Amino acid sequence: MTTININIRNKRYPQATVISDFRLALNAGEFVCLLGPSGCGKTTLLNCLSGLDTSYEGEVLLGEKHTHPKIGYIFQNPRLLPWRTVRENIQLVLDQQQTPDSLDALLDAMHLLEVQHQYPERLSLGMSRRVAIIRAFAINPDILLMDEPFVSLDAPTARQVRELLLQLWQQRPHTVLFVTHDLREAIAMADRLVFLSANPMQVVCEVPVPYSRAQRQDETLLEDFRMQLKSQYPELKDLL
Amino acid sequence: MLLSSTSLPLPATVAGVFWQACLTGQLPYHLGITLLRLIASFAIAMPLGCAIGILLGRNKKLDAFFDNWLILFLNVPALVTIILCYVWFGLIEAAAIFAVVANKLPNVIITIREGSRALDQDLLDMARSYHFSKRKTLVHVIWPQLYPFVMAATRSGLALIWKIILVVELLGRSNGMGYQLHLFFQLFDVASILAYTIAFVAIIQLLEMALLKPLDIQARRWRR
Repeated sequence: MTTININIRNKRYPQATVISDFRLALNAGEFVCLLGPSGCGKTTLLNCLSGLDTSYEGEVLLGEKHTHPKIGYIFQNPRLLPWRTVRENIQLVLDQQQTPDSLDALLDAMHLLEVQHQYPERLSLGMSRRVAIIRAFAINPDILLMDEPFVSLDAPTARQVRELLLQLWQQRPHTVLFVTHDLREAIAMADRLVFLSANPMQVVCEVPVPYSRAQRQDETLLEDFRMQLKSQYPELKDLL
Repeated sequence: MLLSSTSLPLPATVAGVFWQACLTGQLPYHLGITLLRLIASFAIAMPLGCAIGILLGRNKKLDAFFDNWLILFLNVPALVTIILCYVWFGLIEAAAIFAVVANKLPNVIITIREGSRALDQDLLDMARSYHFSKRKTLVHVIWPQLYPFVMAATRSGLALIWKIILVVELLGRSNGMGYQLHLFFQLFDVASILAYTIAFVAIIQLLEMALLKPLDIQARRWRR
């Protein structure tokens, strides 16, 4: 399991500074949700963490120095290769030597075994998102980055995918950074909520979620917690 | 005058001439020579053009530098390139092939460059974040996106190469379709010209049906 230490002093695009003086530390195996207004730079932050974007001042430390933890990145769009089947899409991220015995189990758990030889264009968005989730889990990641993976899914589908994702995560825990703007979703999943401001993006406050996973089956408990947050942090009312 | 049998021969006459030319081996020989030249110049121009096209499409600095040169070479008349090649290198086979390649290459480069400019950055990022090797990225992410552009370059390329090869043969070779057509022109032998043209078109149709179409279907199987 891997810790994450983020200290980004400055990240700018030609027109504006996106992130400044951003500090955040994640414990090994922690599930942290980032909540912020859209366009505040959450995706940029994940790109910095994943190594896709290296043009920032500051440092991102994943695990111990000189180790290369495996990162599973679930993008906002599924980003599947349309010319490869579902199964091929997942197998491509694995090394050649790896025999994906667990792949069938993953496909089965996500109810995708029947469509594994189909091309992504024939899948619904919910299915495509589930494939993207399996792809990230298939590499046995030390760190999982998720960028609003349930956005534009209808509520029941989102709920179903969310539960499947939590199941997988509990089977093989790893450090998770989950970006969303849906507070209910965040409360249902995270160990800790991190609220962000925009222009530039900074941490406004951090709130631990004090419930066990089993307790969270109780919807009213979560709803009460949300109300409690609202009265406790009036400055966050845009986000809540 | 126009309707006289020599300048506008009947289909039956053309068929007869075609059959005769096949029997004597004249037509297969010259067609074969031209086909060999086509294959040689195509085999050089396509891979080279693809490589340069991808390079220019992915590298802004190189592209800015070579852009004007590319437009220049694209617009040099084929005849000029051919004459210059023959003058500089002599009336040899290599000069003929080089002239065809020089005419075709800018075309391939431009088509493939457009294709590699249009590559989906999201998918490239995905490949990078999952540590795809260079080879894996090329085969599974880049090639399928370039494929339609390569097919376009192939089709337009074949048509263009045919046309240029004939001029090359007419000007400086003593065999091939171009040479023969030149001969028939001097004899006003329209029936033979038409017979050779038919053989020509038939070959292209055959290529299209036996090779390009099946490749297309194979590559499009994932589309809805």
